[in-house]
Amino acid sequence: MDYKIVIGLEVHVQLLTQTKLFTACTTAFNPDAPNTQTQPLCIALPGTLPVLNRHAYELAVKAALGLNCSIAKFTKWDRKQYFYPDLPKGYQISQFDMPMSYDGWLEVDDSDGNKKKIRILRAHLEEDAGKNIHDESGRGEDSKVDLNRAGTPLLEIVSEPDLNSAAEARQYLDGLRLIMQYLEVSDCNMQEGSLRCDANINLHITQENGEIAPTPLVEVKNLNSFRNVEAAIEYEVERQLEEFQLTGRKWGDPGVMKETRGFDANRGTTFAQRGKEDAADYRYFPDPDLAPVTMTEEQIDAIRKTMCELPADRRERMQTVYELSDYDCDVIINHSPQLSDYFEETAKISGDGKQAANWVTQDLLRELNDREITLEEFPIRPDVLGAMLKKIVDGDLTVKSGREVFGILLAEGLDGKELSPADVDRVINDKGLAVVKDTGAIEATIREVLAREQNAKSVEDLKGGKQQAAGPLIGQVMKEVKGADAKMVREMILEIVQKL
Amino acid sequence: MSILSTGAGELLGQLNKGEISSVELTQLCLDQISAHDDQLGAFLHVDQEFALEQAKSVDLKRASGENVGPLAGIPVAVKDVVCQKCQPCTCGSQYLKGFIPPYSATSIEKLQAADAVLLGRTNMDEFAMGSSTENSSYQKTYNPWNLDYAPGGSSGGSAAAVGARMAPLAVGSDTGGSIRQPASFCGIVGMKPTYGRVSRYGLVAFASSLDQIGPFGSDITGTAALLQSMMGHDSLDSTSINKPAPDLLTDLDKPLDGLKIGIVKEFQTDGIDEDVLKATEEAIGVYRSLGAEIKEVSLPHARYGVATYYIIAPAEASSNLSRYDGVHYGHRAEEFKDLTDMYRQTREEGFGPEVKRRIMMGTYTLSAGYIDAYYVKALKVRRLIRADYDKAFEEVDFIASPACPTPAFKIGELIDDPLAMYLSDMFTLGANLAGIPGISIPAGISSEGLPIGLQLLGPPLEEARLLRAARMFEQTTDWHQKIPELAAQ
Repeated sequence: MDYKIVIGLEVHVQLLTQTKLFTACTTAFNPDAPNTQTQPLCIALPGTLPVLNRHAYELAVKAALGLNCSIAKFTKWDRKQYFYPDLPKGYQISQFDMPMSYDGWLEVDDSDGNKKKIRILRAHLEEDAGKNIHDESGRGEDSKVDLNRAGTPLLEIVSEPDLNSAAEARQYLDGLRLIMQYLEVSDCNMQEGSLRCDANINLHITQENGEIAPTPLVEVKNLNSFRNVEAAIEYEVERQLEEFQLTGRKWGDPGVMKETRGFDANRGTTFAQRGKEDAADYRYFPDPDLAPVTMTEEQIDAIRKTMCELPADRRERMQTVYELSDYDCDVIINHSPQLSDYFEETAKISGDGKQAANWVTQDLLRELNDREITLEEFPIRPDVLGAMLKKIVDGDLTVKSGREVFGILLAEGLDGKELSPADVDRVINDKGLAVVKDTGAIEATIREVLAREQNAKSVEDLKGGKQQAAGPLIGQVMKEVKGADAKMVREMILEIVQKL
Repeated sequence: MSILSTGAGELLGQLNKGEISSVELTQLCLDQISAHDDQLGAFLHVDQEFALEQAKSVDLKRASGENVGPLAGIPVAVKDVVCQKCQPCTCGSQYLKGFIPPYSATSIEKLQAADAVLLGRTNMDEFAMGSSTENSSYQKTYNPWNLDYAPGGSSGGSAAAVGARMAPLAVGSDTGGSIRQPASFCGIVGMKPTYGRVSRYGLVAFASSLDQIGPFGSDITGTAALLQSMMGHDSLDSTSINKPAPDLLTDLDKPLDGLKIGIVKEFQTDGIDEDVLKATEEAIGVYRSLGAEIKEVSLPHARYGVATYYIIAPAEASSNLSRYDGVHYGHRAEEFKDLTDMYRQTREEGFGPEVKRRIMMGTYTLSAGYIDAYYVKALKVRRLIRADYDKAFEEVDFIASPACPTPAFKIGELIDDPLAMYLSDMFTLGANLAGIPGISIPAGISSEGLPIGLQLLGPPLEEARLLRAARMFEQTTDWHQKIPELAAQ
C-alpha cells in the first residue's frame, strides 16, 4: 500500500531560569526533597498573585528567534482550566490565541538528503504543573504530589505536520535541542524532564481509486526520549496501517475523533489512554491578574544581539575554516556547544584543525566516556592540548609520544594538578620525548648499532635487499635516541647500509 | 463611651498628642466588642492579647521618643479576606476553616508599618459574594442600628464593627459595592479606591479585575488616613498602579472651588426608596449651597451594568475558586469514590449556595459555545460603560447618587431572591466595572431610623479630590456624628 506518514510534534522545553515564571522561587531539579521549592504562589495559597519573570520571557524570545519565528509585539496570558492534583490553582497560565511567537522553521534532511524546512506554527510560554507520583507497589497506597516543578517556565513549540518519517522527527528534535543548548535557553535534559514531546501522527493512504485516505489522528503523549519518539512513530505507522486495513476508518468520518495514546517504552508499543478524547473544554479566558506583555522592535533587536552563532551556521563555518570532514564536524557540533568551543580553541592554538578534530573526537571523547566524566571535569584544557598538538604539527613531537604525554598529563590532572602549557614541555623533557633533529647524533648511533656483532646478519640481509631486516635495527637506535623520528631513522639506516 | 463616639480622625489626633494611649483605646474597643458583639456578630476572630501587645509596643515606642507611623496606636478591624500572617483567614467559608496564612497581604504589612493595631477579623459573605453578610457560613452579622436588619455586604462585619464603634477604622474589599453599600447601611464612611491603588497581594480573590481593598471609618479624616497608609505601588501585584500615591491628608480640609457635580439621568428610575431620594436631593442641595454647579450627565450603558457585572464577576470567580479542590489545603471530603468524586464532594460540602450559584454561572459563561455570547460580550459592554464614565467626567468633577436604592433591608428579606439582592448593587458596581474610585458618606436617616449613604464617584486616581469633596459635606452636616443607640449604651 502506498502511503505517506504525516507527523507534527509539540515539544515542551524547560527554560534555564533561576526562578519560576511567575514567582521568585527556585527552579532547581530537586526530586529528593519534594515540596520544598514552593512559595505561597506555587501551592496556590489564597491571595497570591503572579508576576511575570521578564528574564524568562526574554529567554523565550531568544529561543523563538533561534527557531526563525516572528515575535509578537503584544501578547497576553490566558488561563487553561482543568482539575488535576498536580495543578494547584485549577488552571494553568498559558497563551491561547496570542502566542508570543509564530511562523518559524527548522531544517532537516529528507530521505534523499535534500534540505527540507519544517514549519513551526507557534511557540508560546506557559507554566509547568507539578508531578504526580503514584504508588507502584501495587498496595494501593495514596498518590503523592510534588510541586517543586510547578510554575517552571516552559516553551511549547508546535510544528506543522511537515515531518514524514521517524528519522525526520528525530532530526527535527536533534536540531531543536542543539539550538536550545547553543543559545543556552534550555539544557534539554530529558531525564530531568526539561524536554518533553507529544507526537501527532497519521497516515495519508493512497487508495486503489487514487483517492487519499487519512487515518484517524493519534496523539502520543509524554514521550521522554528521542528514541521513544522514533519508536512510537514506527509503531503507530504499523498499527494505523493494520487498523485501516481492518476497519477502513478515516479521519473526518462521522464519530472519528482524535485519540490520545501513551507509549510503553518497555514494549515499544502505544496504548489507548482515554477512549476517545471527550472534547475537553478548557474554558480559556484572559488572566485578569496579569498585564499584557509588549515587545518593541528595539527590545527584540537587543535580544537578537545577545544570540550566539546557531549550530547549523557554526557547522558550516567550522567545516570551511578547519577543513573538517562531515563526520568529525557532526560529532563535535552535536555533542555540545562546549565541545565546539573546546575544539575551536584547540584548533586555533595548534594551527591544525584536522589534528585537533582527531584528538577531540577520538582521544578526548574516549576518555570522557571511559572515565564517565564531563567535558567540564576534563583536566586537559584547550590551551594545554593545543600547545601539545602544536609540537606535533611543528614536528617537535611524534604522535606516538604525544599519546604518552596526553596520558601523563591526564593522570596528573585527574590527581588534581592544575595544568598549564608549560607542563607539556616539562613532561616532554622529563621523558626525553622531544624529536631529535640532530642528524649527526643519530648517524653516530646508527653506525654504532650497525657495528654491533649481534646485528651482522641483519646488516647482510639489508644489503641483500631484505627491507624487513631494518626493524630490529630501528628499534635499537630508537632506544638509544629517544624522540627520534622512526621514519627518518629508517631512511638513514638504509642510506648508510648501502654505502657500507 | 464618649471617647468611642469621637471620630477616627480626632482619635488619631488624641493619640498623637498623648491624650489617650493606644492601650486605653484598644481596651475600650475590646470592651465594646465584649459588650455588643454577641448580638452583632461582626467579628469572626478577635485576638485580644495580640491587639493589646501591639498597642503596648506602640505606646512604648511613642514614650521613648521614637518615630511612630501615621496610624500609630489606632485599632483597625480587618475583613476576613485579607491575609494576615498567623491569624485565621476563612473568607467566611467552611472550606477555609482553620486556614492560617503563612504570609501577610501587602496592605496588612503597610498597616503594621504604619503602627496600626490590628484588632481582629470581621465577618463577611462567603468569599465576598453577597450584599448582606448572610452568606457567611459561620454566623450572621446584624445591623447596629436595628438588629432586625442586615448590615449590608459583603464587608458587613467591618461596617457593623465601625458602625457600633467597636473599631474606629476597618479594612474591607469592594468588588461591586461591598464597601460602599454596607457603609451606607451602617451610617459610616466607606471608600473604594481606583482599581490598582491598593495592592491586591494577599487579598483572597473573588473577581480579580474588580476586587479592590478599601477603608471604612467613622469619619472622612480617619478613612483618608487609613487609605493613605495602605495604598501605593506593589511589585507583587501586576495590576498595581505604578504611580506615586497622592497626599490625601494635607489639603483634606480645604474646600474645592468651582465644583461641578453630576447627577445621572439613567439613575433616576423607579424602585428607589423615597427617603433615599429625599436624602440624596438634600445632599445635592448641600453641595449647591457650597457653590457647586449641579449638572445632569448621561451614562447610556449604565442599565447594562448589573448584567455585565454578573457575567464578569462570576466568570472570574469560577476560575479563582478552582483552587479550593481539596487536594492541597482546606476542606477535603472524608468519603469519596475516586478523584472526580473527591472534587465533587469537597466542593459540595465546602461551599455555600451563593458561591455555588456563582461558580455555576461563571463556568457556564466561559464554556465553549457560550463564551462569545456572554463573557466576551460582557467585556465589550464593560468598555462602553468605562467610556461613559470617561465622557461624564469631561463635564463634571464627581457624580453623586444614592449609594443604594434603599436603606438596609431586613435579614432574610432578600436572601431567597438573588436577583433583587443583585439589583441593590446597581449604583455601586459601575465604579468597579470602570475601575474608578467611589465613596459612601452618611447623608441621612430614614423614617425607620436607618442610615442613608450618599455615593460620590470620581475619575481614576482622583482619591485626594474625592475625599476633599466628601469632607466638604461632612464639615457642613452632622450625619457622621449620629451613632446607633446600641453603640452609645
